[in-house]
Amino acid sequence: MAENAITTKELVKKENLVYQKTKLLTDDVMHYCPGCGHGTTHRLIAEIVEEMGIQSEIIGVAPVGCSVLMYNYMNFDMQEAAHGRAPAVATGIKRLLPEKYVFTYQGDGDLAAIGTGETIHACNRGENITMIFINNGIYGMTGGQMAPTTLIGMKSSTTPYGREVSLAGNPLNMTDLIVNLPGTYFVSRQSVHTPGNVRKAKKAIKKAFEYQSLNKGTCFVEVVSNCPAGWKMTPVESNKWLAENMLPFYPLGDLKVPEE
Amino acid sequence: MAKIKGAIVVDIDGCKGCGLCIEACPVEVISLSDNVNVKGYHYSYMTDPDACTGCSNCAIICPDGIITVYRIKI
Repeated sequence: MAENAITTKELVKKENLVYQKTKLLTDDVMHYCPGCGHGTTHRLIAEIVEEMGIQSEIIGVAPVGCSVLMYNYMNFDMQEAAHGRAPAVATGIKRLLPEKYVFTYQGDGDLAAIGTGETIHACNRGENITMIFINNGIYGMTGGQMAPTTLIGMKSSTTPYGREVSLAGNPLNMTDLIVNLPGTYFVSRQSVHTPGNVRKAKKAIKKAFEYQSLNKGTCFVEVVSNCPAGWKMTPVESNKWLAENMLPFYPLGDLKVPEE
Repeated sequence: MAKIKGAIVVDIDGCKGCGLCIEACPVEVISLSDNVNVKGYHYSYMTDPDACTGCSNCAIICPDGIITVYRIKI
């Protein structure tokens, strides 16, 4: 058949392009481990900013943790915050520059451990910021120690026999706490372990950015992610482990949606 | 019936060989190469160009965003 004669070389043309890396990510190679969900989430944020056309109107606040170097990869304004203090810094930026879009990007060691106070109070005050929370149940950057979000029985370098409630307490489900606060406007929990979930996560994060312009309150999106290096698994295994173990405790879906 | 043909282009030196694209591909056209790239990772590449449908699943799951997807209706 003549149609099948099209070679890959002939197909690779600008007019046939359906997907390419967004220009809002810089050409720097991300320092994340192979298969890490941080890279996917960074790309989703950059794609959303490009689609909304708000490159010059957005300010991101980077956390301390694996994503501490986020400002190297984003082709828009970023501000670094002290460990756990991203919501406080974002509050200041948003109050001084209310016309800008402001978001925080934090991991679970940052948002759910040292920054619990800032997180809860920013959400309770209803600051008009968007918060992206990457939950992989472990302190990835410092060597896989137990985080507040580590599941019961989950192994980490400080709980080598699995987390025990009698010794280390219960895992903290931040998003379920935050959903009860009156200041939040949109709360959602998503994951990035399959292409379908990545598409859903993108929709949720986009909503969280769009609702910010309404000035109705904090928009909070938790992204359940993997940590292949910290969990001591291959990236593919870690995504399967995530689906089997993380998702029953952190079920996906929109927890709080605005009334139409 | 119109047939859809796709192709992917992998930025070889950006690939970290995590293999998530191989898992995500519904028609199993991606494999890890026996060769390594500049960083020493086995990079992914398209083994069966005729089977690719250009669905973009591999590009969407790729944490480093190194896959570019092309598609044409023939």
